[in-house]
Amino acid sequence: MTPQKTLHFKTYLLIAVMVIAGPLGNVLLGKGMKHVGEPAIWPPAQLFHTASNIFTSVSIWLGICSLIIFFVAYMLVLSWADYSFVQPATSLAYGVVALLGYLLLGETVSPLRWTGIAIICLGVFVVGRTNPRTTEQV
Amino acid sequence: MPHFILFTLIVVAGTGGELCVSRAMKVVGEAPSLRPIEVAKVILRALRVPWMWLGVGMMALAFFSLLGALSIYNVSFVVPVTALSYVAGAFGGVVFLRENVSSQRWLGVLLISIGVALVFFGKN
Repeated sequence: MTPQKTLHFKTYLLIAVMVIAGPLGNVLLGKGMKHVGEPAIWPPAQLFHTASNIFTSVSIWLGICSLIIFFVAYMLVLSWADYSFVQPATSLAYGVVALLGYLLLGETVSPLRWTGIAIICLGVFVVGRTNPRTTEQV
Repeated sequence: MPHFILFTLIVVAGTGGELCVSRAMKVVGEAPSLRPIEVAKVILRALRVPWMWLGVGMMALAFFSLLGALSIYNVSFVVPVTALSYVAGAFGGVVFLRENVSSQRWLGVLLISIGVALVFFGKN
């Protein structure tokens, strides 16, 4: 494999990891937080109780692990690819998170919300395809 | 009102954190390969860059705000709404940094705004 092809392969591989691990992490966090309930932060004893509920949840820790995988992939791909290339490529993540919420958590996603999510993906893609430099060079 | 603050923190701190991490990784340089030892070296180098710590701090703030929002709303509502960071970024660039935002970028921002509005009105 030529160095150029290797660069393309590892870029797309890591973007695929980001598109799956990021939404999966959010879905697992959502699952964990639904069990914990709305966090109370006052008085301090209540904050301690909330924190202990959050950090003893298996779903929360799995979600954090998944988001760490996302974050490492994100850091690595940004070390050789431009933000303006990576960002539109990950626009699909908004659709993936809704799909995983529907499939894994049984969330009801109305047709109007699906339409909105599709338009968001398109909008993020369009934003990402613009020139990253928005001021004139001196 | 507190729910509005949660979404504002997710959008503002999350976007700021991403920009700081992006800047830090440009300082760190390219990872030569995906071998675990090389990945670990890149992570250790990144931890010596102040921008990385600022970015991680802002992302942590966004993370705990996200947890708060996820305890109240469905994930298929919360995450798409966070796309408002692109709208905030474009307006912030124009107002605070005097940037020239292209018509194509405004089109993208408009699409995202319409999408978020539909997600909001499609809330169950």
